[in-house]
Amino acid sequence: MEKAPLLEMRNIRKDFFGNQVLEDINLTLREGEVIGLVGENGAGKSTLMKILFGADVIRETGGYGGEIILNSEKVSFNSPFEAIEKGIGMVHQEFSLIPGFAATENILLNRESKKKSVLSELFSDRMDTLDRKEMDKRADEAIRKMGVNIDQDMRISDMPVGHKQFTEIARELSKEQLKLLILDEPTAVLTEKEAEALLESIRGMAKRGIAVIFITHRLGEILAVCDRVVTMRDGRVVNEVNAKDTSVAEITKWMVGRDVGAGSASYVTEDTGKDKRIILSIDKLWVDMPGETVRNVKLDVREGEILGIGGLAGQGKLGIPNGVMGLYPAGGKVTFNGEEIPLNNPRKCLDASFAFVSEDRRGVGLLLDESLEWNIAFPAMQVQNKFLKLYLGGLIKWRDDKAIKEITSKYIDELAIKCTSTTQKAKELSGGNQQKVCLAKAFALEPKLLFVSEPTRGIDVGAKALVLDALKKFNKEKGVTVVMVSSELEELRQTCDRIAIISGGKVAGILPSGEKLEKFGELMLKNC
Amino acid sequence: MSEQTQKNAFNERIRNAAQEFGLPRLIITGFLVLLLVVSPFVGADLPTQISNIINRFSWNGVLVLAMVPMVHSGCGLNFGLPLGIISGLLGATLSIELGFTGAVSFVMAALLATPFALVLGTVYGWLLNKIKGGEMMIATYVGFSSVSLMCMMWLLLPYHSPNMVWGMAGKGLRTTISLEGYYTQALAKILQINIGNLMIPTGAILFFIVLAFAMWAFLHTKTGTAMTAVGSNPEFARSAGINVDKIRLISVVMSTWLAAIGILVYEQGFGFIQLYMAPFYMALPAVSAILIGGASVNKASIMNVIIGTILFQGIVTMTPTVMNNMIHLDMSEVIRIIVSNGMILYALTRKTEGTK
Repeated sequence: MEKAPLLEMRNIRKDFFGNQVLEDINLTLREGEVIGLVGENGAGKSTLMKILFGADVIRETGGYGGEIILNSEKVSFNSPFEAIEKGIGMVHQEFSLIPGFAATENILLNRESKKKSVLSELFSDRMDTLDRKEMDKRADEAIRKMGVNIDQDMRISDMPVGHKQFTEIARELSKEQLKLLILDEPTAVLTEKEAEALLESIRGMAKRGIAVIFITHRLGEILAVCDRVVTMRDGRVVNEVNAKDTSVAEITKWMVGRDVGAGSASYVTEDTGKDKRIILSIDKLWVDMPGETVRNVKLDVREGEILGIGGLAGQGKLGIPNGVMGLYPAGGKVTFNGEEIPLNNPRKCLDASFAFVSEDRRGVGLLLDESLEWNIAFPAMQVQNKFLKLYLGGLIKWRDDKAIKEITSKYIDELAIKCTSTTQKAKELSGGNQQKVCLAKAFALEPKLLFVSEPTRGIDVGAKALVLDALKKFNKEKGVTVVMVSSELEELRQTCDRIAIISGGKVAGILPSGEKLEKFGELMLKNC
Repeated sequence: MSEQTQKNAFNERIRNAAQEFGLPRLIITGFLVLLLVVSPFVGADLPTQISNIINRFSWNGVLVLAMVPMVHSGCGLNFGLPLGIISGLLGATLSIELGFTGAVSFVMAALLATPFALVLGTVYGWLLNKIKGGEMMIATYVGFSSVSLMCMMWLLLPYHSPNMVWGMAGKGLRTTISLEGYYTQALAKILQINIGNLMIPTGAILFFIVLAFAMWAFLHTKTGTAMTAVGSNPEFARSAGINVDKIRLISVVMSTWLAAIGILVYEQGFGFIQLYMAPFYMALPAVSAILIGGASVNKASIMNVIIGTILFQGIVTMTPTVMNNMIHLDMSEVIRIIVSNGMILYALTRKTEGTK
């Protein structure tokens, strides 16, 4: 008879403020099994792992639905400590190590071997001294379990990144009760050789009966080490397959595709606009945007098209519009309509009739404490002197509140913004409606070129469709060229004429949006 | 039935109005009213008390108004008010030194103070642009250090007017200079209303109203709108092509200039120029007044200024008088210090910031 699985997750559901991020996830894991969890950013992998690990953020946002069964026992962790108690270990993307401590000290932090002393007899065991010898032995054991060699006396701050990662894993391995280890992109910072060593140690762990959930973007590693591959997309498990029966190309397709074939009729399949005039040309662009560095982008935008910019998170796609619009330090050459646009100066871009809808809605996009009227009319007022009454020969530029109210009402109707009045504060609106306000703000500028960054991030499905339709309509009716950046490939394919994929801060390639999904997947991983 | 709903709607409206006014302010207003009601019974003359409050409002209004521009541009509360006050004092002393007398000396003082306010304000604004996020702390120390520097300067600057310098030495300015024969009551006397013991300094109040209206109007212009937006979300403003530093600089200069004018208005009511450590104590009452008036660190309206000044000055003048009369001991100065600092402490705990 087959042994009961170590871990079983049944019908896991989770929403953040009505925004469904996980739906009916079922996952089983046996002892000593390694499964690979793959999916695009925002597919729900991290959220799923946070639920399993009892992260605070889950409880604070209203808990989750479904049940988790560990060792034939129903569990629900209120904090990571409880999860650790039950034998779950997690290695995060970001290091959680103390830089000034040696590897051993980090590995055994708060679980040190101790010796009794006179003071501890007198007071409490808080006064125990550390048993360094025993600690060294235990740390050494944990390190050897990984099958790598790191200096256990070296300080974390002196270590290369790879060793830090190993220290972190060793910490989890040194816990005797460890049964299940979650690795969240552990190889992202490793060199090829180090990654190879890590994979080897994962195999070793599996042999000892530790189950591993391995999350990574490097699909090759998944195939090399995992028994099964689970693919997630839009908060669902779309596929579960034995690693030997699949290939990188297949997984890529599952990762990015929706109903492959079914909805593809509406895609623009051919590059139809070759003869169109180039309206914006970007050359040798670099942008110093933290986490989204752009290294060397060359991109031509055609008049009247919707150009999509896609790619994985952190590859630099967000840096392009932010750099061109002067919000982050940038260099290179940007030419619009034959005129060179100076960088690092938002005003010059706006004067050249660009507009930008930022991905950082609350930080950059909105005046949360002000009325919708102000939010929508402000840039147009400041840049183009609209909605102003001039007195004393233009010496006094008086705000024309009536005109502002008019334009706001117009856009509220047009974009179906749900609000109580034009004077409602922006912070009181839902995410989707806030996004529409951001669009209205850009529309009010009547731009010739519109940059839209992550227009559907964090908004629900209904609002998504409305926002995308509004963009398409604006493009068609006003002939405005739109450059849209999004991490959701499907959304780009449905909206854009062409899609440029950014990888490693460079343009990996430009494809018509009807192109096969595998092609996009290949480009996404090209320079990673 | 309809009567019932009407009553409900009325209740609703009252509740909304009360909420908008704010519970703390309701309590303070209630306390002030209580003091006014009690005062005749403990033997204080009510019209005199009311005149006192109105008078003190007219002295302090402009200083509190000086808070508004910097709050709007997101520079926070102007704890560096002494810097503007020093500009005003320089204007005042220069005007006297140059031999102007009567109401003209007030106009000249304002004119002479202006260049100082513009220059000092620009430097101060430039400094505040360097340390975004820590404005209020730095502002406090700008205020303190400028006061200390001027303590030396008042002694060293070559003033000669016998009305201002120390009698024996013949040089160095006195700590307190009487404005008798210069601009004492220069504004208050205009259209002054006297009914028995009730005295209303119409001119000084009108002067405040003119400046307050100008401020209100400015906030309705393009630049004023930009200023509010910068305070509300500087990143938003920057992405809309606003030069955030420039707008902040303008707000600091405006605030400094208003502080300079404000101290002149204060002096014409008070009747004396106070030098040396006096400016040191001027910032906190003004900050407290606007906070009690319901302003937050990045939102302030003219109404906040008016309500706050009346409430703050009302409590500070009324409490000592009433207490004195009740316990028949002259400790008004002690009570005044306790009450005013208590109000400042309370106001600073009310400091709120907008959504980020």
